[in-house]
Amino acid sequence: MDWLTEFPELGRRDLRDFRKGIDEGFKSFTREYGESIENFFDPLLQFLIWLERLLLATPWPLFILIVAGLGWLASRNIKIVIGSALSLFLIGYLGMWEDTMSTVSIIIVCTMLCIGLGLPIGILMSRSNRAQAIVTPILDVMQTIPSFVYLIPVVMLLGIGKVPGLISVVIYALPPMIRLTNLGIRLVDREVLEAADAFGASPWQKLIQVQIPLALPNIFAGVNQTIMMSLAMVVIASMIGVTGLGQPVLKAISNQYLAMGLLNGLAIVALAIIFDRISQSYGKRLQNYRGGQDE
Amino acid sequence: METKIEIKNLYKIFGDDPQSMMEKVRAGVTKDELNDQYNHVLGLSDINLKMPAKGIQVVMGLSGSGKSTLIRHINRLIEPTTGEVWIDGENVLAMNEKQLRNFRRNRASMVFQKFALLPHRTVMENTIYGLEIQGMPEKDAKKQAAHWIDRVGLSGYEENYPGQLSGGMQQRVGLARALATDADILLMDEAFSALDPLIRTDMQNILLDLQKELHKTIVFITHDLEEALRIGDQIAVLRDGEVIQQGTPQQIVLKPKDDYIADFTKDINRGRVIQLKTIMHEPNDKPGPELSGDMLVEDAAQLVTESPSSQARVTNKAGEVVGVVGINDLIRAMARPDLESRL
Repeated sequence: MDWLTEFPELGRRDLRDFRKGIDEGFKSFTREYGESIENFFDPLLQFLIWLERLLLATPWPLFILIVAGLGWLASRNIKIVIGSALSLFLIGYLGMWEDTMSTVSIIIVCTMLCIGLGLPIGILMSRSNRAQAIVTPILDVMQTIPSFVYLIPVVMLLGIGKVPGLISVVIYALPPMIRLTNLGIRLVDREVLEAADAFGASPWQKLIQVQIPLALPNIFAGVNQTIMMSLAMVVIASMIGVTGLGQPVLKAISNQYLAMGLLNGLAIVALAIIFDRISQSYGKRLQNYRGGQDE
Repeated sequence: METKIEIKNLYKIFGDDPQSMMEKVRAGVTKDELNDQYNHVLGLSDINLKMPAKGIQVVMGLSGSGKSTLIRHINRLIEPTTGEVWIDGENVLAMNEKQLRNFRRNRASMVFQKFALLPHRTVMENTIYGLEIQGMPEKDAKKQAAHWIDRVGLSGYEENYPGQLSGGMQQRVGLARALATDADILLMDEAFSALDPLIRTDMQNILLDLQKELHKTIVFITHDLEEALRIGDQIAVLRDGEVIQQGTPQQIVLKPKDDYIADFTKDINRGRVIQLKTIMHEPNDKPGPELSGDMLVEDAAQLVTESPSSQARVTNKAGEVVGVVGINDLIRAMARPDLESRL
């Protein structure tokens, strides 16, 4: 009855060869294509560096003013405006301004990438059940696989630096954007779509004039989630060379600097709250027209 | 009367394999058998209808009778299992995607039971929707839309969102949106059924007033017989996916084809349906007011009562006296259910 208590596992040597095969295969792939892939991402790197420099070169009062102004435009809520300006001022006062600018720049680029990728993929998913069946499990993997696991191939391929960091953040933060775009479009009232058909709308007209506008609140919830998740990835991304608020946190962990860790951590929280309140209140304002509806 | 829309031998079967079920239906399988044994639903069965140009064709039936399915075949929002739909001598089912889109943009517009307005657009933006799809420049579209917003009595509400309006007002927007495209066919799917009775009457009046000058071909779906009799030039009664009677409102009320329709019509205010020319006698020499043969019994009653001779002289379209109606005829018409002999 040995076979009941002993699991029929692959032999030790076979297992080693199996792993080695995968490792060697990926390594030779890296040697072959690593450089061209790096070149492919070069414009992204240049843009990221340019944005970071721009933010750092912006006089701090101007930056705070811009954020406050955006806050006002999006929310029309003076509490959010004052809260944002005050917390940004405090972050700078406590010596974290430069790291904050790095983090903000990577969040901006990451959010732009996620919208650029997530919107079309989400639209595709909403239009075809087959696409949905294929993409959904991929999203599940992206969201549940421990981030350290996909850091390995990314680092093997691209080394340590901003771009691999950005890619790992995008992998983590992209799924909600796709899911909520898909959901938003699928939730559009069927009767309204039938009316669009009855008036002879082409598929493109239907998408632009009806489906996307009506899905916008959900799409905006996706943008909001994407921003929140990319902020959450900042510390992990700093392990592979992304500058910003994550690096001092990492340093604080290895040296047991409590205050340093706490301050930088709270700065990330403050950024998260600013981004969240501004994007969420904008998303809500998009739905104002629903205000007086009976249903 | 000229025919605008003709539906021929139209069948619609819902289910996984409608085509092979079609053979069974042709071989005589009934709706219930199809449902119980084959798990398919016979939505419409051998529909043949000729709808008059520039008139209001009402399709009446209770829920589940297939009336909403039928109207969606006219602009092909639903594809039939077999059959033909001819409009102006053109087969709608032979159109390719582009032709069909052009047909829907320019020749047939639709009003929906639950309004189906775009909630993120204002009244003005909703009204220009069809014109926008046609590709009309915004400035012209707005001008045209403003005219129709005014005609349905919504001037001043252009910048409101549908969510801020009452149901009746929302359906006015739906009507303005449909009229704005200038299509000569108007499909109305239970357009007034979701409205309160008073507002419904209001909307019926708006529609009838507009129709007096627009002369569109209107297909109007309803489950309400009063409404059908009030606005229909022609009525088709649908039950279980089959047309069981077609005719003018008078024919439906006076000559119900079976007990089902008779049951429907027995509570109807007949005075509001029957016209003087239906019940008039040979003319005599007695005086009396001259009334049009198209006048309804109910409208004539007051005038005849006030006339000293207790009778009215009935005229034809040319204004010649062709008969007389006495007060007793009017009372009998309103009270008695069988007047078949007079038709």
